[in-house]
Amino acid sequence: MYPNFELVVPTTLSDALAELSGDTNTVTPMAGGTNLMIDMRAGLTSPEKIVSLSSVADFGQIAHRDGRVEIGGRTTISDILYANDMRVLAPSLHESAKVFAGQMVRNTATVAGNVCSGSPAADTVPPLLTLDAVLTLSSTSGEREVPLSDFYTGYKQDVRKSDELISKIHWKELPDNTANSFYKLGLRKGDAITIVGVAVLLTINGGVCQKARIAFNSVAPVVKRAIGAEAILAGQTLSVELIDKAAQHAVSESSPIDDLRASATYRRHCTGVLVRRLLNQAWQAIAK
Amino acid sequence: MTVQLNINGEESELAVWPNETLLAALRRYGYVEVKSGCEKGDCGACAVLVDGAAIDSCITLAGTMTGRTVTTVAGLSAPEELHPIHQAYIECGASQCGYCTPGFVIATQSLLDEISNPNDEDIRVGLSGNLCRCTGYVKIFDAVKQSAATLNQD
Repeated sequence: MYPNFELVVPTTLSDALAELSGDTNTVTPMAGGTNLMIDMRAGLTSPEKIVSLSSVADFGQIAHRDGRVEIGGRTTISDILYANDMRVLAPSLHESAKVFAGQMVRNTATVAGNVCSGSPAADTVPPLLTLDAVLTLSSTSGEREVPLSDFYTGYKQDVRKSDELISKIHWKELPDNTANSFYKLGLRKGDAITIVGVAVLLTINGGVCQKARIAFNSVAPVVKRAIGAEAILAGQTLSVELIDKAAQHAVSESSPIDDLRASATYRRHCTGVLVRRLLNQAWQAIAK
Repeated sequence: MTVQLNINGEESELAVWPNETLLAALRRYGYVEVKSGCEKGDCGACAVLVDGAAIDSCITLAGTMTGRTVTTVAGLSAPEELHPIHQAYIECGASQCGYCTPGFVIATQSLLDEISNPNDEDIRVGLSGNLCRCTGYVKIFDAVKQSAATLNQD
């Protein structure tokens, strides 16, 4: 059923990184394991050694200081859901935590693991993209900072080396006059994989859009930003027509497929509807 | 490999295989109140509390449990006694075939630890990882609310 593997359970980050260095082709880190366990059981992957991150001390802290918000490598989806200030510090991420899988999976799965899984349906990624999140990648040879928008290189491909872990994810706290939201369209409210997910962020001053971020999941080989649509809004005075134009452009930046959950045609339609709806709601929320 | 952990209040030592799930190990050691359902983290029948949070034991490796406190549905109360959540599930008729019930009871405890007086939306989110295929969820919602009321009284 499960492949045979060696299991190590380090208690410090440096021990975990040491376990990952060396012959790294056959070694896999395991955060919550809610994807890896399923993939191993289905025979999709069979690592020779698993480095569990479940007992690494001080690896899940949420911090808010000097104008930045930082979560740890093992911060779980539930940590985001039940942290009091996350509604304000990252409204879209909080919303995604609420509709992410089911409660027991949320209690185990980590945000960093969701990012690393590289799934086109990863629900925390569109919110983090709209927040301009930055990943701290650590290995025995040091740390480097990678903007999440530069992380993915293709379907389930990213720039993380096999001896690196995401040790932190951080972003700048939101400026005034900013709205940030996420909507997941799924077949059910819980325990469902996303058909189309959209996150938006708008900063508006005096009716002029200072900053726009639009990101979506489950409509392309990777979770991505609709950079062309963002550019249509940035620096412009917002109007219903401009938002329509941005939403249409966002659809052209998606490349969905037919699968058992929905057709590509339906996904394209819903992408347009959701981008338009979320942008209008964000605009109205700031205007209030 | 050997793991030392606390199960239902007792310090325990389990000999487990590296690729053995917590569900398989618990059942092998006699904790058969933990149920095996989908075995892929969808249905919640296998839920146990690990350090107070409900998790799916079917997608958790037993070998990672050293130093943890694991509570099964039988460990919420002393033997032969009922926990207020058990009592509420009985009184509300929130169980038909009963196979999903251990997982629902554990998820209820985990939810009430986070939110002592949950509204319908909180309950929906808190029980979103548990499936009941006999019936709807109305009586289960009643049981969660009655559990909250009883526990908040104490």
